[in-house]
Amino acid sequence: MVTIEIDGQKLEAESGAMLIEVADKAGIHIPRFCYHDKLSIAANCRMCLVDVEKAPKPLPACATPVMDGMTIHTKSAKALAAQRGTMEFLLINHPLDCPICDQGGECELQDTAMGYGSSTSDYADVKRVVKDKNLGALINTDMTRCIHCTRCVRFGQEIAGIMELGTTGRGEHMEIGTYIEESVDSELSGNVIDLCPVGALTSKPFRYTSRPWELTSSETIAPHDCLGSNIVIHSRFHEIKRALPRDNEDINECWISDRDRFSYEGLNNDRLLQPMIKERGEWKEVDWETALTKVAQDLNKIKDEHGANNIGALLSPSSTLEESFLLQKLMRGLGSSNVDHRLRQQDFSADDIAPVYPNLGLRISDLENLNAALLIGSNIRKEQPIAGHRLRKASLSGANISFVNGIDYEFSFDVAETIVVAPSRYTSQLAGIAKALIDSGASAPDGIANLVASVSVNDAHRAIAQQLSGGDNSAVILGTQALHHLDYAAINALATAIAKMTNSSVGSLTDGANSSGAWLAGAVPHRVVDGAAASRSGLDAQKMLANHLKAYVLLGIEPEFDVANAAQAINGLSTADLTVMLTPYVTDAMRAYADVLLPVGPFSETSGTFVNVEGCWQSFTGTIPSPGEARPAWKVLRVLGNLCEVDGFDYTSSEEVRDEVARMSSDDADLAGGWRCPTELKANANEVRDSIQAVSDVPLYAVDATVRRASALQNTVDAKTTQSVGMNTQCAEKHGLSNAEQVRLSVSGTEISLPLQINDRVPDDCVYVPAAVPATVMFDFSQQAVQIQR
Amino acid sequence: MPEKSKQPSLFSASVKAEIDKWIKRYPADQKRSAVIPALHVVQRSNGGWLTTESMDAVADYLEMPRIAVYEVGTFYSMFVHEPTGRHKINVCTNVSCMLCGSDEIVSHLQKRLGIKLGETTPDNKFTLREVECLAACGGAPMMQVNRDYHEDLTPEKIDEILDGFE
Ligand code: SF4
Ligand code: FES
Ligand code: FES
Repeated sequence: MVTIEIDGQKLEAESGAMLIEVADKAGIHIPRFCYHDKLSIAANCRMCLVDVEKAPKPLPACATPVMDGMTIHTKSAKALAAQRGTMEFLLINHPLDCPICDQGGECELQDTAMGYGSSTSDYADVKRVVKDKNLGALINTDMTRCIHCTRCVRFGQEIAGIMELGTTGRGEHMEIGTYIEESVDSELSGNVIDLCPVGALTSKPFRYTSRPWELTSSETIAPHDCLGSNIVIHSRFHEIKRALPRDNEDINECWISDRDRFSYEGLNNDRLLQPMIKERGEWKEVDWETALTKVAQDLNKIKDEHGANNIGALLSPSSTLEESFLLQKLMRGLGSSNVDHRLRQQDFSADDIAPVYPNLGLRISDLENLNAALLIGSNIRKEQPIAGHRLRKASLSGANISFVNGIDYEFSFDVAETIVVAPSRYTSQLAGIAKALIDSGASAPDGIANLVASVSVNDAHRAIAQQLSGGDNSAVILGTQALHHLDYAAINALATAIAKMTNSSVGSLTDGANSSGAWLAGAVPHRVVDGAAASRSGLDAQKMLANHLKAYVLLGIEPEFDVANAAQAINGLSTADLTVMLTPYVTDAMRAYADVLLPVGPFSETSGTFVNVEGCWQSFTGTIPSPGEARPAWKVLRVLGNLCEVDGFDYTSSEEVRDEVARMSSDDADLAGGWRCPTELKANANEVRDSIQAVSDVPLYAVDATVRRASALQNTVDAKTTQSVGMNTQCAEKHGLSNAEQVRLSVSGTEISLPLQINDRVPDDCVYVPAAVPATVMFDFSQQAVQIQR
Repeated sequence: MPEKSKQPSLFSASVKAEIDKWIKRYPADQKRSAVIPALHVVQRSNGGWLTTESMDAVADYLEMPRIAVYEVGTFYSMFVHEPTGRHKINVCTNVSCMLCGSDEIVSHLQKRLGIKLGETTPDNKFTLREVECLAACGGAPMMQVNRDYHEDLTPEKIDEILDGFE
């Protein structure tokens, strides 16, 4: 520790800290452009010059380490003159046209010029002009405004991990850009909009739609992944204009993913504005009372005639805790335990030993402290970009991050080992790692040694085994493709065994924003709130759809995209006596199979709570009122509960619902769950001769109904590459197929036809089929073996 | 999901061998240190200028982001991105040189060669380029012809220098 003095204030500081950090902590403002506390120090803008006693010239506060006894003046005549001089230089080439600049009103340059510049300039010559760049669908450029602080360049190199922007040319000719016409494709790219201190990089969808001072801001939680990034939404006249990050060092730091930033565009499309009922095939707009009375009557009638077991409810894993709780309470009040949010899960055989709610097994912020991790079936970088960023930090500080995946995904960090195999071979790979551990003397949980006795161990298995046992901070994490796997229970059991043998944590990265909350709230067939066993267990999501129930209640989902086997689901829903959808959006597909459509608000129009994957409850309030007759889903469910004459639906606020769940939840919930040794390794049981295996994932801009409607995101490269199926060179040759050729794939009686993209990221004898995109709606993702049709 | 497929290398065997010689001088995990010599090698083999494809090939070969190679390739004025004449004249017009009369130097060069800045003589003998400070301010005004610096220029001195090229 050293003692310094800034503007007469005595301060204790960490030795080696930069002056600007110490001043920031003490609340003393020093102007800056290039400095950012999450980026490396560039010291190229010179705006932070301060007057340090005994130093001959003003020094840049961002690059001057504090030394004991230093006396600093940030507002002395010398400091102010230096700052004014810098400001004048910066403005030489900067256009002075703030009124037509999108950044006006929230521009660091504008503010700093007001505070530290002089009101006139001596510069009278021409200003340089720089051609704008086309960086893709999300980021707009006005490169003449750039002041070359290089924050955006450093962000790419240091945070996003892919260097897309750079500084080309020199001196007067220096430019920021991609040099060749190329879009910026990082899943975190939008953060450069916040970082850019001027109007050089701005949001394309937001551009010219409002001025910052016209916007109302409300704090909320991002609804697209299991992290729950903290965001603020800006709206004007009850219309959402943009989403920005809110600092939360425990979760998203100061970043958000592009998905969380730009998804708001989807909130306005295809909205259902009025309750509707289908009578003799004709859709009719009705008032709420008519619609809900009809639903209550029909549900009670079906219950009386066919038994409550003939009613089922499916909800999105991004429904709020309150919605999830009320929907299961309604179902159970009616006497049915058929309620589930696990729309893509296939294997439910480990339900009885599941933890109270699925969880990461460690804090999100601790991901960056890991020294080894094994991820199974995960494209963490694209699926949970903020978690990917944390893992990248671990990797940069030397952690060994390894994967067992069905696709050789591209990561933004160095990967230690990647095992890329067909889905049917996940278990044998995990068994190989377990065996390697046993060979090196680890004591395995009961039964594992026998189970893996005959598997072959390769170098990759040994390397992963060694990495995980090496340090004292290791984790085994299941990604969504493991959670959706036909053999999930065995994968989970083997992953847990590996974790036990290596003293690693074990957990998963779940679907949606609130999988953990849905479990906690009892929105699973076999458990009620807080993991207590349900008195009567119901059907899981797949069985509900396969069993042709008489009535379905769907909350916040689009079955054709959100379930594993859409053809089967649509069939089940169309033939049911009653299909009620509580949905913000309406499509022709829905009109075909639904009987009642109830307009509810998306996350932005309701209060509620998301429980993230580390178990953190984050409540938020609605941002804007719903359009038309749409209402928050919790209110709709409350009224429906009352109309169905189910007890305990007298809530007056969503907070009351939340508090009730909180009261019933224990602080020391069992987050580990039980363990059971798999009885066999079904290694190749699913490999059928003459067929190939489907590998699939849900592309990042297809995860939910809102994202799928967000137009700018749908125009990114990440979204555009989902309109084909992928095979590697070997597989394509074997089947006599060439690039771009139309391929017909059939599985369980349905067929899709898509162009082929030869892609060596796909393993041998596999075909990659993206899920949840229009082109593959009818594909059955619950099967591994698919046929190629000639 | 972006696809991955193998790209054939653009380099001839001799170019590769020459770059490899440079790579060997640096630690194995710091291949990118060889970027400047590699660009020189590639530029020489391509008639004195760099195409975007050739910079991409250098990037891929040295396992560095393409934009990082563009940064280097556009920063140094010894790298050229358009077809050029046999001899490159880089004339500095930055502050020190300007104060010492680079305007006159430039206009003399233009008159004598009959071309403007950024152009190449019809016989493809000279290309004249304006560059930023070449770190020879002590001898301002200055120009660089191919790899040689010529300082304290006067029109007469320029004529003498250019006469030296057939
Ligand atoms: S574009 Fe913005 S962030 Fe990037 S260097 Fe220019 S001013 Fe800085
Ligand atoms: S903030 Fe210190 S030089 Fe830019
Ligand atoms: S200004 Fe011409 S060499 Fe430096």
